[in-house]
Amino acid sequence: MSNRVLMKGNEAIAEAAIRAGCRHYFGYPITPQTEIMHYMALRMPEVNGVMVQAESEVAAINMVYGAAAAGARVMTTSSSPGISLKQEGFSYIAGAELPAVVVNIVRAGPGLGGILPAQGDYFQATKGGGHGDYRNVVLAPASVQELYELTVEAFNIADRYRVLTMILGDGTLGQMMEPVLFRDEEPVESFDKSWATTGTQGRREHNTIQSIYIEPDALERLNSNLQAKYRRIAEREVRVETVNCDGAEIILTAFGTCSRICKNVIRQAAEIGIKVGLVRPITLWPFPDQAIAAAAGQPSVKALLDIELNAGQMVEDVRLAVNGTRPVHFHGRTGGNLPTQQEILDKIQVLARS
Amino acid sequence: MEEKVFSRTRGLTGKPFHYCPGCTHGIIHRLIAETLSEMDILDVTIGVSPVGCTYNNYEYFACDMVQAAHGRAPAVATGIKRVHPDSMVFTYQGDGDLAAIGTAEIVHAAARGEKICTFFVNNAVYGMTSGQMAPTTLLGQKTTTSPLGRSAAVQGYPINVSEMLATLQGAVYIERVAVNSVRNINRAKQAIRKAFKVQQANLGFAMVEILSTCPTNWGKDPVSALKWIDEAMVKQYPLGVFRGQEIEVGD
Repeated sequence: MSNRVLMKGNEAIAEAAIRAGCRHYFGYPITPQTEIMHYMALRMPEVNGVMVQAESEVAAINMVYGAAAAGARVMTTSSSPGISLKQEGFSYIAGAELPAVVVNIVRAGPGLGGILPAQGDYFQATKGGGHGDYRNVVLAPASVQELYELTVEAFNIADRYRVLTMILGDGTLGQMMEPVLFRDEEPVESFDKSWATTGTQGRREHNTIQSIYIEPDALERLNSNLQAKYRRIAEREVRVETVNCDGAEIILTAFGTCSRICKNVIRQAAEIGIKVGLVRPITLWPFPDQAIAAAAGQPSVKALLDIELNAGQMVEDVRLAVNGTRPVHFHGRTGGNLPTQQEILDKIQVLARS
Repeated sequence: MEEKVFSRTRGLTGKPFHYCPGCTHGIIHRLIAETLSEMDILDVTIGVSPVGCTYNNYEYFACDMVQAAHGRAPAVATGIKRVHPDSMVFTYQGDGDLAAIGTAEIVHAAARGEKICTFFVNNAVYGMTSGQMAPTTLLGQKTTTSPLGRSAAVQGYPINVSEMLATLQGAVYIERVAVNSVRNINRAKQAIRKAFKVQQANLGFAMVEILSTCPTNWGKDPVSALKWIDEAMVKQYPLGVFRGQEIEVGD
């Protein structure tokens, strides 16, 4: 069998998790990501794994919390309204410093919204959503191949830092089919989990997993340690793709599905004599400030244009990164609509002339 | 010739309990800890602490412990047990935790027949947050959120959790006990032991509901609180086995 397989994005996520050593999956059905559950229901028994269909997203994330506390590589997946329900669990996972992987195949909101693709959960994913001072690592794939590779990597990052790592996709990525080239062997790292609650087996003092600290100094110590950990992650784990930025007049910023549209726009713009570059954050947190600042700081750059499937969320981080050195414009679509290449090109032409 | 006939169970860490005078959480902790030690399963047990007065019982039990979000202990226990199916997993939950915010989690853990034990401590009130009405509060009982007494017309009726869960096929052993007398305490310990035996035999979900005192929030002295369990609580919550009477667990 060839290692090259035509797969739906959601299935690639599920297969990647299994290849990364995930043997415990807890989920609740919601469009447009339920194929992950279907795949897990069939595949997990083949690898002696466990797929539990939980009674709610709240229960599913707490099953993840328990399995992570018990030392397992564990995953849950959902879409926007379901991810809102999981926020309580995210905060506890952060406080208890547990490694877990969560996938959000974003649909259009707010409320029940619609089932079509969107990126309206950027704020929720990168700025919190649960209570307290915490961060989740957020990875933003832009192809089925990347859904596979970044899902494997998400498990390594989660274990490396004992942190929740989120794959932030959207309905387009989850539903589309593309060829995936699987590696012969996955770069699965092993980690010390002597902190896990496995039963003492009579070999050690009892372990506890908790996020409650009644003593203020103890809680402040936890918070200081968390912030130090987040600084380490920010130093080491930034991932970004830059395309055609050297000497560009206009720098586009976009993640996920939008970045694919932008890559086509770069070619179209070149045909009419405008050099356009793209900075695509792959990690939405930690955010690639430096790459954006570097691209924006070139003398050739007139302006930045941020493209998103929302009303303007990542653009706030782009503006912070650019820090006033260049104008940052925004174009977004909502409701499940995608911007056309022409829409973006029209904006670029206006900016290039000004 | 001196003989040591009693000592603290190694199932407890020895840290002094923080509970109010007359509260029976301490008795329940000891019964569970003694059972873990006597069955020689302490080293393979993982407990789940709730939100409520016993939030920090991870400091008291000498086995591995995981503290859960309010009401979510059965889901957390599900995750643990599915990772370590050969371990023994228990949740310790109060009535606010289990019968209000965590109703969905307990019903579905029982329906799935999760091989876990739940110790459900029913004292008819929210203890930690200072005596609010719980789902288990008796009709007429005064609490800080039902100061005129719980009225069926306004606040509805108490939930009999054991009777409700006993309708589920996955819940193989359900018993209600109390810890307000020596006789009842001994009976409670037998029930706790049976619950762990059921889990050891992989039979399904087991729950022991334990009627417990809250003198502080009931506004009673410790002795009257013990009496109130017989006089009032047992009338709404009769003691007995609701499912699994036929299961023999042996010695």
